[in-house]
Amino acid sequence: MTELALILISTVLVNNFVLVKFLGLCPFMGVSKKLESAMGMALATTFVLTLSSICSYLVHSYLLAPLGLEYLRTIGFILVIAVVVQFTEMVVHKTSPLLHQVLGIFLPLITTNCAVLGVALLNVQQQNTLLQSAVYGFGAAAGFSLIMVLFAALRERLAVADVPAPFQGGAIALITAGLMSLAFMGFSGLVTAGP
Amino acid sequence: MLEAILALSVLAGVFGVLLGFGAVRFRVDGDPVVDRIDAILPQTQCGQCNFPGCRPYAQAIAAGEADINQCPPGGEAGVQALADLLGVEPKPLNPDNGTEKAQPTVAWIDESVCIGCTKCIQACPVDAILGAPQQMHTVIRDECTGCDLCVEPCPVDCIYMRPVETDIRNWRWPFPENRIEAAR
Repeated sequence: MTELALILISTVLVNNFVLVKFLGLCPFMGVSKKLESAMGMALATTFVLTLSSICSYLVHSYLLAPLGLEYLRTIGFILVIAVVVQFTEMVVHKTSPLLHQVLGIFLPLITTNCAVLGVALLNVQQQNTLLQSAVYGFGAAAGFSLIMVLFAALRERLAVADVPAPFQGGAIALITAGLMSLAFMGFSGLVTAGP
Repeated sequence: MLEAILALSVLAGVFGVLLGFGAVRFRVDGDPVVDRIDAILPQTQCGQCNFPGCRPYAQAIAAGEADINQCPPGGEAGVQALADLLGVEPKPLNPDNGTEKAQPTVAWIDESVCIGCTKCIQACPVDAILGAPQQMHTVIRDECTGCDLCVEPCPVDCIYMRPVETDIRNWRWPFPENRIEAAR
């Protein structure tokens, strides 16, 4: 239990996927101009990341590993993620049109989110169990959501700030992201390896 | 090598079946009847049918909540087309909803009288009126559907409905119906 809690905290804060591992930067920069769309993206990503990390764990440990085909995991995981995203979209579209309207265009975008593939590959690399994989995926998604919401709030403020002309737009956003990343580096002492 | 190909093929096959099953099981049916009714309606968005636009009226017809004779801009021809589509008897237009115009019209604003109150802009369902507060307004003729909704709110009565004049851009060859009649 302690271990799971540690995984959760370390993925959300210490080894944050966006600001420390620098994965999933495209939605981080692309969909963070407005708080609503950032939250939509965060929700959709949380859903898909958790599900796909479980599915890719299953595919790896029950199909690829027994056959000695670990070298196929990248293409296999891409397949898994694409299917999970497609299937999720179909189910959501049918069962909850309202949620589909909220998540809408964000769901297909996640297929190309490198954080999703990154989580699946890191799960294998760290030899996580099924439960650990699920928690790791959820933690990564929670960290991603946290950063998306924080960054979107910052950018909404930045939009009205008096930024010098050469720094306007993407430049100041990248600088802000860098400063946030520096701040998150401060969490690195939070979890120590025990006495 | 063979194992790898087989494993990936099996994986892709299973996923393909899963997605195919999902596509059938979770198919979302749009209502095709609503689309076909909506295609017949004139898209003036005038609200004379007591619905907020053409599509809501189409949905109401499809659901059986509205009659087919509530659309004056569509006229008797529109009622006839709806009757053919739905397989019901055509009936005369309901006078409560208004009367069919003999000729298509567009709104025209007397710009020297306009006080720039923007009330007609808010009334226009298709955003065919251009203007700003305290500025003169004008109608984009090509966008105007002739729905009369802007005439009522104007406080200085400077909006007139004018018949669409036939000019080189909208003139069409007349249908040869008279010759067909004559041949009979």
